[in-house]
Amino acid sequence: MSTPGEMGTESWPLWEVFVRANRGLSHVHVGSLHAPDSDMAVRNARDLYTRRNEGVSIWVVPADAITTSDPDAKGAFFESPAGKNYRHAVYYTKSEGVKHL
Amino acid sequence: MTSPADLSVAGAARGEQSGDEAAQALFDDLIAKDSRIEPRDWMPEAYRKTLIRQISQHAHSEIIGMQPESNWITRAPSLKRKAILMAKVQDEAGHGLYLYSAAQTLGITREEMMLQLIEGRARYSSIFNYTTPTWADMGAIGWLVDGAAICNQVPLCRASYGPYGRAMVRICKEESFHQRQGFEILLELMQGTEAQREMAQGAVDRWYWPSLMMFGPPDDQSPNSAQSMAWNIKRFSNDDLRQRFVGMLVPQAEVLGVTLPDPNLRFNDATGQYDMSEIDWTEFNEVLAGRGPANAERLRRRREAHEDGAWVREAAAEYARKQALKSAA
Repeated sequence: MSTPGEMGTESWPLWEVFVRANRGLSHVHVGSLHAPDSDMAVRNARDLYTRRNEGVSIWVVPADAITTSDPDAKGAFFESPAGKNYRHAVYYTKSEGVKHL
Repeated sequence: MTSPADLSVAGAARGEQSGDEAAQALFDDLIAKDSRIEPRDWMPEAYRKTLIRQISQHAHSEIIGMQPESNWITRAPSLKRKAILMAKVQDEAGHGLYLYSAAQTLGITREEMMLQLIEGRARYSSIFNYTTPTWADMGAIGWLVDGAAICNQVPLCRASYGPYGRAMVRICKEESFHQRQGFEILLELMQGTEAQREMAQGAVDRWYWPSLMMFGPPDDQSPNSAQSMAWNIKRFSNDDLRQRFVGMLVPQAEVLGVTLPDPNLRFNDATGQYDMSEIDWTEFNEVLAGRGPANAERLRRRREAHEDGAWVREAAAEYARKQALKSAA
C-alpha cells in the first residue's frame, strides 16, 4: 500500500519529499510533487519546498515505494500499547518527593 | 496491493452499501471533536467531492493568478522590483502545486484537474479576470487581493481535511510577504508625484470592490456554506470575513493616504460593524459566468502554456525511461 495520491496513470510519477531543516534534526515529510526521475525530483523539491532556507538536505522517495499500515485496522493494529501504562514513567508514583527520580 | 484510489472506493462501498454506519459514526465523531480527517479515512462522498472541488478551484486560482502579475515582470520599475515580482509569481506557482497535491490525496489526478481547467470545466477565483493596466495595480493586488486571500485562508489552516490544512499553513506563511510588498508599492507611489498618487488611487478604485467580492455571495445566498461549516472546512461565514477584512483595511488606507471608493463606508457604533454600500452582484455574476474583462485571455494563455509544454513533459519522461533501462542493463 503506497502513499495517498499515488496513481500509476500520470505521465510523471509522484514523489514524497522529506526535508532536514537543520543539522541535528531528522528529515521531516513536507509534501509531494511530480517529477520524471529522481534527479528532477530533488531539483523540483528544492524549488518547491526550500525557497526560504527551509532546509539543508532533501530526500525524495517514489510514492509507490512506501508501504503503510492498513488504515481500516487502525484500532487492532495499534492495540498492543493500550493498557500498558506501566511503560510510562508517570505510572510509578511511590517515588514522589524523592529527588533525581 | 491496491492504490489509494481503489481503497477509497472500497471504503466508501463498505461504509454505505453494507448499511454499516460505523464508518459514518467514526467520521462524525472526528468532526465533532474538531479532529482531522486523513486521506485513507472513510468519508462521505459529498465531503470528498466538496473538497476536490474547493481545493482544485483554489489551486487553479493560484495558477491563473500568476498571469495578471507576470504581465508586469519585464516592466517593473527597477531590478529589485522585478526580482520581488518574480519571487511572488514563483510563490503562486508553488501554492498551486501544494494544493494540487492535497487534492490528489482525495483520488483525482493532477492531469484530470489540469484538463478541467483548460477545457473550461472548472472555476477559479473571478478576481484574476480583471486586467492590470498600471504598475500601481501590482500594489493594489498585493494589498487588497492578497489581503482578502489571507483573510479567507488563515481559517482554512484549521480545515478538517488534514492535507488541505497543512498546505494552507505553508501558503499563509508565504502570503504575508505578498501583502506587505503590495502595501509598500502603494505607499511609495503615494509619497511620490501627483501623477503617481493618482495612479495609486486609480488602482485602489479598480480593485476595492472586486476584492470584497472574493469572499463570495452574502450569507443568505450562499447555499453550500452551512454544510461546509458543519464539516469544519469553512470556519466563518462570507459576510463575517468580509467585515473583518474591511475593518483591517480602513486604518491601513489611512496610513497610505488613499480613499476607499465607498461613500457610505463608516463604522456603526450600534452594530459594532462597518456599514457599506451594496455590492454590485450583477458584476460578480457576469465575471463568474465568463464575461469578465479577461476570462478568455486567461484560459487561452493557460491552454497554450499547457500545450506548448507538452513536448518538454514527454521528453523528460522518455529520458527518465531510457536512463532507467540503461541502469537496469
